[in-house]
Amino acid sequence: MGAIQNKLAGPVSDELALVQAAKRGDDSAFEELVRRYDRNVFRIAQHITQNREDAEDVVQEAFLKAYGNLAQFQEQSKFYTWLVRIAVNEALMKLRRRRPERTVSLDEEIKTEDDSLPREIADWSPNPEQQYTQAELREILSKTIQGLPPGFRTVFVLRDVEGLSTEETAAALELSVPAVKSRLLRARLQLRDRLGRYFQKREGANGKSSNVTSGDGNK
Amino acid sequence: MKCSEFLQELTNYLDGVLDEKTKVELENHLSWCHNCYVVCDTTKKTIEIYRDSQLYELPEDLRGRLRSAIMTKCQQQKKRGPQSV
Repeated sequence: MGAIQNKLAGPVSDELALVQAAKRGDDSAFEELVRRYDRNVFRIAQHITQNREDAEDVVQEAFLKAYGNLAQFQEQSKFYTWLVRIAVNEALMKLRRRRPERTVSLDEEIKTEDDSLPREIADWSPNPEQQYTQAELREILSKTIQGLPPGFRTVFVLRDVEGLSTEETAAALELSVPAVKSRLLRARLQLRDRLGRYFQKREGANGKSSNVTSGDGNK
Repeated sequence: MKCSEFLQELTNYLDGVLDEKTKVELENHLSWCHNCYVVCDTTKKTIEIYRDSQLYELPEDLRGRLRSAIMTKCQQQKKRGPQSV
């Protein structure tokens, strides 16, 4: 069992050239940056806001803000990391507006050690995702990740879904590297624990679950 | 290595950033501790399933509409000048 292979967001070699051209006023260069990262920003935004309309707004607002502040971008970090930082902030603002009764912060207190310790050790069936249709699987995954606190799911999405490095994730979220690592471990273990309800080996069954839509993966 | 120590190193192990000595100790632990092996294996699967899930893909038609809205607004912003951001 080895390390996970990361999916890269895209070639970065000419990113700087595009950014510099956009700074000089070349809108087609900026449009190319939009083309390159719009899918990533949309995914991140929908993961955080859990709302499609909000995610669409975040995509527009994040790129517009990046465009308006391009002169301030120092080119010491990657444009993509800077853009993600803007998008995460916009998405958190949406979430706060939608749920004013709950404080939404990336700095929320980390719970005690034992809350993410594995409770369920049972093994999964060999290809658990194949037990479900694509639509069922997406529903399970979406419902399961929604149950995580925003600070945890944001770290998981940037690190494990979008493939940012630990350092880039820390920079994008303005967190320390140890804080990112700690949240990532808890997010991974909590998701694993919750997915186990759907993916566990079942005795004498062909693996098909009977309660995909009624089962609550978020408790 | 104890189970609690394995858990502390799990993220570094899955990310491939463990030093060689700790990696050997961890893999030795996994070779006899079935529970930790299962936790490690299913955590890795969890990450892979999410990464490959194509959850929240942006549909092409919406993508096109968003991009043209963004570029239109950028041009309006440019006309107004940078101070109005």
